[in-house]
Amino acid sequence: MASVCFYFQVHQPFRLRHYTVFDHSPRYFDEFKNASICRKVANKCYLPSNRLLLDVIRRLEGRFKISYSLTGVILEQFRKYCPEVMSTFDALAETGCVEFIGETYYHSLSFLYSPDEFIAQVNKHTELIQQLYGQTPRVFRNTELIYSNALAETIEKTGRFDAIITEGADHILGNRSSNFVYRPPNCRRLKLLLKNYSLSDDIAFRFSNRGWQEFPLTADKFAKWVNRVNGNGHCVNLFMDYETFGEHQWEDTGIFSFMSHLPQEILKHPDNCFMTPSEIIDSYDAVDVVDVPHIISWADTERDLSAWLGNPMQSGALHDVYKIESLVKQTQNEELLADWRQLQTSDHFYYMCTKYFADGDVHKYFNPYESPYDSYINFMNVLSNLKKRCSESFVNNNGQPLRKSS
Amino acid sequence: MKVFMLGWEFPPYISGGLGTACHGLTKAMNDLGMEITFVVPKPIESNLSAHVKMLSPLQCRSLGSVPEEQSTTEFPDLKNVTIKTIGSPLEAYTTPQYYEQKIEELLKQRRNVSDPSQDIELAVEKWLRETDEQIEHLAHEHYGGDMYSEIHRYAASAVRLAIREDFDVIHAHDWMTYPAGIAVASVTGKPLVIHVHSTEFDRSGEHINQMIYDIERRGMHAATKIIAVSYLTRNIIITRYGVLGEKVEVVYNGVEQNGDGRTLPFNKIGIQSNEKIVLFLGRITMQKGPEYFLMAARKVLEEMENVKFVMAGTGDMMHRIIEMAAQMGIGHKVLFTGFLRGKDVEKIYQMADLYVMPSVSEPFGIAPLEALNYDIPVLISKQSGVAEVLTHVLKVDFWDVNEMANKIIAVLKYPPLQLTLREHGNFEVRRLRWSGAAEKCRNVYQSILQKN
Repeated sequence: MASVCFYFQVHQPFRLRHYTVFDHSPRYFDEFKNASICRKVANKCYLPSNRLLLDVIRRLEGRFKISYSLTGVILEQFRKYCPEVMSTFDALAETGCVEFIGETYYHSLSFLYSPDEFIAQVNKHTELIQQLYGQTPRVFRNTELIYSNALAETIEKTGRFDAIITEGADHILGNRSSNFVYRPPNCRRLKLLLKNYSLSDDIAFRFSNRGWQEFPLTADKFAKWVNRVNGNGHCVNLFMDYETFGEHQWEDTGIFSFMSHLPQEILKHPDNCFMTPSEIIDSYDAVDVVDVPHIISWADTERDLSAWLGNPMQSGALHDVYKIESLVKQTQNEELLADWRQLQTSDHFYYMCTKYFADGDVHKYFNPYESPYDSYINFMNVLSNLKKRCSESFVNNNGQPLRKSS
Repeated sequence: MKVFMLGWEFPPYISGGLGTACHGLTKAMNDLGMEITFVVPKPIESNLSAHVKMLSPLQCRSLGSVPEEQSTTEFPDLKNVTIKTIGSPLEAYTTPQYYEQKIEELLKQRRNVSDPSQDIELAVEKWLRETDEQIEHLAHEHYGGDMYSEIHRYAASAVRLAIREDFDVIHAHDWMTYPAGIAVASVTGKPLVIHVHSTEFDRSGEHINQMIYDIERRGMHAATKIIAVSYLTRNIIITRYGVLGEKVEVVYNGVEQNGDGRTLPFNKIGIQSNEKIVLFLGRITMQKGPEYFLMAARKVLEEMENVKFVMAGTGDMMHRIIEMAAQMGIGHKVLFTGFLRGKDVEKIYQMADLYVMPSVSEPFGIAPLEALNYDIPVLISKQSGVAEVLTHVLKVDFWDVNEMANKIIAVLKYPPLQLTLREHGNFEVRRLRWSGAAEKCRNVYQSILQKN
């Protein structure tokens, strides 16, 4: 059997507005830019892709299945800026062929800094998915597929998830294939679903690359590659950013017609099928333990944290955000808490990356800043203001402390 | 490859970046094994240029005498470079008054005679004598004197030198040497390359000196190829001087690796050890945007106390800027050092926490590269050529003093920013060496010589 499992990541951050040290306004986010980017991507990607996949599901009468991880942040933006996207996701959820995956509401790196905050954000996300789609996520993916044994243990302890999705990085698999279900060490309940990065990247990155020897990629060619897994694998995990369709790969590359034809081509082989992540773990047992003592991610070629923690600005900013956790929480002010959590979204730190800055590449995607230095300055100015607001909330109009703060 | 190079400055006789650039470029060309004859006007001792004393052997004649044979100087590190100096009481960046078409007369003369080699020398001698009379007359008036006759006489002397030299290509640096370049090219028939380090629009904004513009324009149109120090400058050459784009190549400047013997910051006179230092280093002129530096300084001081702003350099706006600082009420926070050179430059760089170049118009700007070489974070205006090559620096529009102050404060307030800028900036600047520039110049020469 080769069970193809599609999972799409859907996320856009709340980008900060230009904020200098002289600004004192408590409004940190660039409403105009966020709205226009959200609408633009909705028109180029989210809406046409949702309609196309909905159409394929109906056409194949339920034999085509997919899964999504929608961050809380993008769902807030859809509600605010383009509610029509919400209704297409509703329609997809109603087919019964779509699974929603759990993650941190704010697409944050909180797992690395604050276990309490991490669990709080996972719970907040689960509540939102339950409320919107009536599903309780059984499978978890951490921001940017950041993963280690420690994450598995933390998730196992919540007792709410059955599997974790992460990168099928070569250095954790050795000569094993990503086309099987694995499990983490020291966990009884959890299974691992690993991304088949080769086949995933053929669609996500190489699809329109004219220098690629397999160009042009057609649905029947891709189906043949999937067929080869029959007999030496159980599942083919195709995990990618949803923006692949229409945004990373523009419509004129033929990406939509490829996706429209791919399911029926894959189903031509009688042993192939489509499954959601939950169906995969229910159908297949773990074949082996995958030990990941060090943190991995799906980013860049390094598959590590260097895109978010690669320079002193990034580690400094992250450290400073989590340093004020107790201060923010002591205020018991929902507005301050929400602002603080929005600042945790990993994109803010990604913009500060100096790794490939000189070359210019994927790191530029909807990056609102001219340089990583500008993004750091802006972020730190906002954070300073937030900190000041938190401290001030303990002081009444006469300048007297209201409560004891730490 | 033999190059006949015409310059206006050469260290230690420098008043700005041109001399530094000429030195760096010729040194790198020397290392590539190219032979260079470098012709510069010889500066005459004057109380305004105190540094001249350091090289007294060059000061072999007194002001106002009839110029004798050009002296030849040799630098130990420049094996293949011959420096020829021509007596001159001038320094670059002086505003000239007028200019005539002496070279055209000379050429007319050349066309009129059948055997040029004989008569051209006579004509040049006659031309020189004429200019000498003018110089003698003007030298009594005031320092700086008459730029026109200077350029003019420099051209005549250069031609006299050139007809006795053997070379493949003429390379002229900035407008003062263009007439000489044209004259030498016309007389010898060798291709002329002009190197544009700055244009009249960079120096004077929109209120250009028509005479200088005309000299520049003529030089650009007479040249076989033009080397611009940045795309910013290339665009000005194309749009303002009506030159075809295919004729203009961009060769970025480099920076020399600073010597060893780095010392720890010391001698913070008038500056407390816990105070941060923001440095402006350059001529205090309109082009360099000193008033924007002050306006940003005032904004910074509204937010932070322990900062000093050091302005190193002199220029025609110096007094206005000192007064402006006083009027703003930040006089005690802004220090003026005057013109610095050598060890003093090194020292001031070592003391600084941030180097700011708020230039209104900067064709390139070598100083930020030097600052990066000294491990100093750098903030430059987007209106500078060097902004095209540097990524690990802060950039700001020169007029946006709010943003300038915001970024200055960020560097002083957030240590990780300073750290990252230092680390990456120093690494990046190591790739920008004069050897690259010299190779590109050689490619330009070769492309011309192959065509001929």
